[in-house]
Amino acid sequence: MKPAVKRLIFFTALILFWGLGSHFEFWHETILPSPFSVWDALVAGFADLTLVYDLVASFRRLFIGLAVSLLIGTALGILLARSKTADETIGSMVLALQSVPSIIWLPLAMMWFGLGEGAIIFVVILGGTFVMTLNVRTGIKNVNPLYIKAARTMGSNGIDLFWKVIIPASIPYLVTGARLAWAFAWRALMAGELLSAGPGLGYTLRYASDFGNMALVIGVMIIIGVVGAVVDQLIFQRIEKNVLKRWGLES
Amino acid sequence: MFIEIQHINKIYTDKDNNANTVLDDINLEIPKGQFVSILGPSGCGKSTLLSMIAGLTSASSGGIIVDGKSVQKPGKDRGMVFQEAALFPWMTVTENVVFPLRKEMNKKQAIERARHFLQMVQLSNYAGHYPHELSGGMQQRVSIARSLAMDPAVLLMDEPFGALDEQTRSRLHGQLEKIWIDTQKTIVFVTHSIQESIKLSDRIVVMGTRPGTVIADIDVDIPRPRDEHKQQVAALEERIMGLLKGEIDKVINEELAYEARS
Ligand SMILES: Nc1ncnc2c1ncn2[C@@H]1O[C@H](COP(=O)(O)OP(=O)(O)OP(=O)(O)O)[C@@H](O)[C@H]1O
Ligand SMILES: [Mg+2]
Repeated sequence: MKPAVKRLIFFTALILFWGLGSHFEFWHETILPSPFSVWDALVAGFADLTLVYDLVASFRRLFIGLAVSLLIGTALGILLARSKTADETIGSMVLALQSVPSIIWLPLAMMWFGLGEGAIIFVVILGGTFVMTLNVRTGIKNVNPLYIKAARTMGSNGIDLFWKVIIPASIPYLVTGARLAWAFAWRALMAGELLSAGPGLGYTLRYASDFGNMALVIGVMIIIGVVGAVVDQLIFQRIEKNVLKRWGLES
Repeated sequence: MFIEIQHINKIYTDKDNNANTVLDDINLEIPKGQFVSILGPSGCGKSTLLSMIAGLTSASSGGIIVDGKSVQKPGKDRGMVFQEAALFPWMTVTENVVFPLRKEMNKKQAIERARHFLQMVQLSNYAGHYPHELSGGMQQRVSIARSLAMDPAVLLMDEPFGALDEQTRSRLHGQLEKIWIDTQKTIVFVTHSIQESIKLSDRIVVMGTRPGTVIADIDVDIPRPRDEHKQQVAALEERIMGLLKGEIDKVINEELAYEARS
């Protein structure tokens, strides 16, 4: 059986179980609303465009934050890979920063940038930057020395060697870094939105919860999960697989 | 002389500061156009010597001169083929061969030239493929084409066929011999296979180990193709085997002594 078919059957069964449980009132509607209420809440949300505005607002922050974090992450990663002093000083700080959830920066960010966009984007940037930095650094350091030797015997050195051989050779690590940066940034964004002003998916989630609209809460949770899974599997894992294959790292 | 290797010494010091003399006073003169094999047991310093000629490794003392110029760093006058095909996986076969050419000619000329050399190794059909789509033998032929395309004065080859199966190796021997006759390059060919060295070279430099020294310098005057002179080949093979036997015993005895101590 194809994985897609298995998946379809699994999710159908899950929703069926959920629906039947609600129908026979194994649990109360306020604890876990039925799939029909969730569906209605989603339809209503899209019909009056609130969820559309939320999605647009969330994605805008995500794209800005992720783009900046990929840029800074790559630059910082190159610096750490090339300079031993930077690696021994900034490198250890990056490791420490990477080990904490970036949402802990939100209170400080709100002091600096106010309650709006700036603070959330700042947290998203911090969420993605360090994992990208560490992957770029590892990628550059792990370039097969044979490629470098071969390139040098063919008259390449210095900047040419770096851009034409070392960077392309580390692309598998850059792609993995970008995928992880996206995952961290997406989590940071949701956390940030839960704690600040709207619009945005996270904001609507908290707003619905405050008003006891559990159907909308679950609806938004499903949107967040689906977006995360779709971007990861349809975009990043696909690119990663192609790159690994091309780079001869996977048969 | 075209290549002059003068009083080369190479000493590696390990982390306990023990000196390990890998090459001890190597002297060699190689005339232009010669196909010379460097033959010796594993660990005798063949790769080290070759990568010094390439300019990738520096000598502890002594010097190397190629075509009148002292070797200080790698250069396009010395092409190198490694044991593993060092092709860039993110480039197609053609792009790989164009890599050393891209600075000195325009794109069209470079591609034309790449095509010519891919034809020489009979891989024109694979110009647009990526390295991972090629077999090991094909990849190694692309590496050879890539080195030849930059028209080096010397081709340095470090056990280029070591990782290939017997049939492929034998076919590539034929191709390499033909390329050498057609292009008249000077080739320094490192191997630990006695048959391979006899089949291909004008001259065999036999090295001994610990420390690496030249223990014999043999001119091979068997007419080509060598397959047709089996008796002479067998006789020379026997002679070299005798030379190397002492070296191999030496390695084994050292291993035994080391194990006895620890
Ligand atoms: N970078 C290095 N640091 C320390 N020792 C080294 C280094 N490179 C090589 N050696 C030592 O030098 C000796 C010769 O190495 P080399 O690779 O030249 O041998 P080789 O003759 O090419 O052997 P093989 O046939 O196995 O390839 C070995 O004993 C090895 O341990
Ligand atoms: Mg070697």
